Amino acid sequence: MPLIKDGAVAEDSWTTVGEDDPIPGGKAVIVGLTRWKDSADDLSGHNGPLGVRLKSDEPPELIAKDLGRFDLIALEFPNFNDGRAFSYARLLRERYRFTGEIRAVGDVLQDQLFFMRRCGFDSLELKEGRNVDTAIDALGDFTVAYQPASDEKDAPVKVRDWASN
Amino acid sequence: MMYQYDEIDKTLVKERVDQYRDQVARRMRGELSEEEFRPLRLRNGLYMQLHAYMLRVAIPYGLLSSTQLRKLALIAREYDRGYGHFTTRQNIQYNWPNLEDTPDILDHLAEVEMNAIQTSGNVNRNVTSDPYAGVARDEIEDPRPYCEIVRQFLTLHPEFSFLPRKFKVAVTAAETDRAAINVHDIGLRIVKNDAGEVGFKVLVGGGLGRTPFIGKVIRDFLPKEELLRYLQAILRVYNMEGRRDNLFKARIKILVHELGTERFTEKIEAEYEASKSDTRLLMDGIEEDRIRAFFTPPTYESLSDDAPDVDAEAAGNPAFADWLNRNVVAHKQPGYAIVNISLKPMGEAPGDATAEQMDAVADLADQYSLGHLRVTHRQNLVLADVRKQDLVALWKALVALDFATPNIERITDIISCPGLDYCNLATARSIPVAQRISQRFADMKRQYDIGEIRINISGCINACGHHHVGHIGILGLEKNGEESYQITLGGSSDVDADIGKRIGPAFASEDVVDAVETLVNTYLDIRQDGERFLDTYRRVGQDPFKERLYAAY
Repeated sequence: MPLIKDGAVAEDSWTTVGEDDPIPGGKAVIVGLTRWKDSADDLSGHNGPLGVRLKSDEPPELIAKDLGRFDLIALEFPNFNDGRAFSYARLLRERYRFTGEIRAVGDVLQDQLFFMRRCGFDSLELKEGRNVDTAIDALGDFTVAYQPASDEKDAPVKVRDWASN
Repeated sequence: MMYQYDEIDKTLVKERVDQYRDQVARRMRGELSEEEFRPLRLRNGLYMQLHAYMLRVAIPYGLLSSTQLRKLALIAREYDRGYGHFTTRQNIQYNWPNLEDTPDILDHLAEVEMNAIQTSGNVNRNVTSDPYAGVARDEIEDPRPYCEIVRQFLTLHPEFSFLPRKFKVAVTAAETDRAAINVHDIGLRIVKNDAGEVGFKVLVGGGLGRTPFIGKVIRDFLPKEELLRYLQAILRVYNMEGRRDNLFKARIKILVHELGTERFTEKIEAEYEASKSDTRLLMDGIEEDRIRAFFTPPTYESLSDDAPDVDAEAAGNPAFADWLNRNVVAHKQPGYAIVNISLKPMGEAPGDATAEQMDAVADLADQYSLGHLRVTHRQNLVLADVRKQDLVALWKALVALDFATPNIERITDIISCPGLDYCNLATARSIPVAQRISQRFADMKRQYDIGEIRINISGCINACGHHHVGHIGILGLEKNGEESYQITLGGSSDVDADIGKRIGPAFASEDVVDAVETLVNTYLDIRQDGERFLDTYRRVGQDPFKERLYAAY
């Protein structure tokens, strides 16, 4: 599936493994929350980067204590109307100070990408068949915003300051 | 007098129109299916209605300049069939635009600092307020700077653009609630605490639709500077925990109801506390002052509050006297008055205005009201800054336009949704029922005898005509292919807000006006001195009304 990172098409170095699949040693792997909860100890022996994938009804609170173990958190959009992961991403960045990669996966629309980046997502996995070029263009749809979010430091947009600090 | 766009506002609206123009082009070329296009057009206020597209344009907190109103008239003339429909949420709707014209319409709107952003879809909608804001005698301070702050904060919000369901905020600062804050997802009332500081009372979870609720107070006093942080907490909890499994249970009112007010409030307060280390949303006054400066009261002339010419005209001209009593309201500035323009002449569709009427009202606003006007929640217009000495001349001009019907808050001042004549959600017609009631009670003397009464009509269970909060509410349904109308009594959206109760079986279309008349006659027979319809109903309950109503059938 096409992956967009830093505003360009990127190679996907991560492998998502199912509940019962063997964990390939040395590889960057993403596991589901259940697998992580059931076998955190086994996974601690994994000698490659580790990611976890949260469904839209699995808030980051559930992995708050384990965040140091993950290099990537994938947040799932079961359909584009389900906007819970926008809040999850902001909480991960702003409350839990997660500095690894946050990836949007599932039913991602190009018209949402600008918002996703502002909420702290840094990679976006498009559904097969969606147009990558127009999606990358859509990241630049707006150069201004009315409110601060999670993208402040390297914000590509001019943001209205409510407070002066 | 009015907020003016700076570079950020202008750029944002322009980029939004560009984005939308591209989406329409992709749709016209077939690159986007209707299914894919739907959520995109909805966010720009474009609905698919029964016969055509409908474009809803936001009038933030109901405030319009004459220039903006002329632009709305131009759009009605060039892109529609010559009229527009003012709604209960201070928007205007066009019922006949062509899809390919809609980006041009948005360009026109941008020229006068207007837009259709977030007038539909599962996002925060137009922020509404008191149509007398800034000029009312009973307000603590002008609520519009806060409306504007909330409007900006929740426009294209990256976190809250895919909420479980639509979201509506209303703000008032007056004792009398002219903004129906009790039936909004968030209602904000500007209040003073014991220390004399100004802040907000926060209500959450009000709403109509198929499960009506009155909003619950979750904060008696929120310091002003905390407004955005607190709103963020409410929206975040709703975004994460609001139901997404059932469209009909997705509004925040259901979350409040299912958790209980106490548990819901705890969650909001916890999220609010947790976000306190983020000071970016703590309003320190700079941005607030910038926005407040736009709403500085105009320079009023120093005038006497006595207007002998007006008194003399009223003494000799009963029609003028009626209008003065009914449609003109006291202004906080001596020598000035607030004038309601009734968009409900006898037998006409509530809220409709033609392009010619809009142009004419724009001229009147320039001539008599400092170039501005307001749109009300009850689908009328208001000229808020009229010199008393101009009232006679203004009245004559309004009479010529058929806009001087002295029926504000009377039985023919009916709220109605567009109904089955336009809307594909509707199950029955509503405008024709409003017209028939208006004709039946056309006699002004009778209207004044009946006194204050609110009739609200919705053409389906979604309740866009706010029937739940009408003193008499009428809900149009469809039964075996026939339109029928259910009646509720005792609703109110004012400070004494309540949800009306169903009185009994529904009425056929040809009987519904008779039923309303029977209810009104019952009230006239049993009312005590000084009681409004609602007061009598609350005193005696349903039974006397029910007996008379169903005895006849």
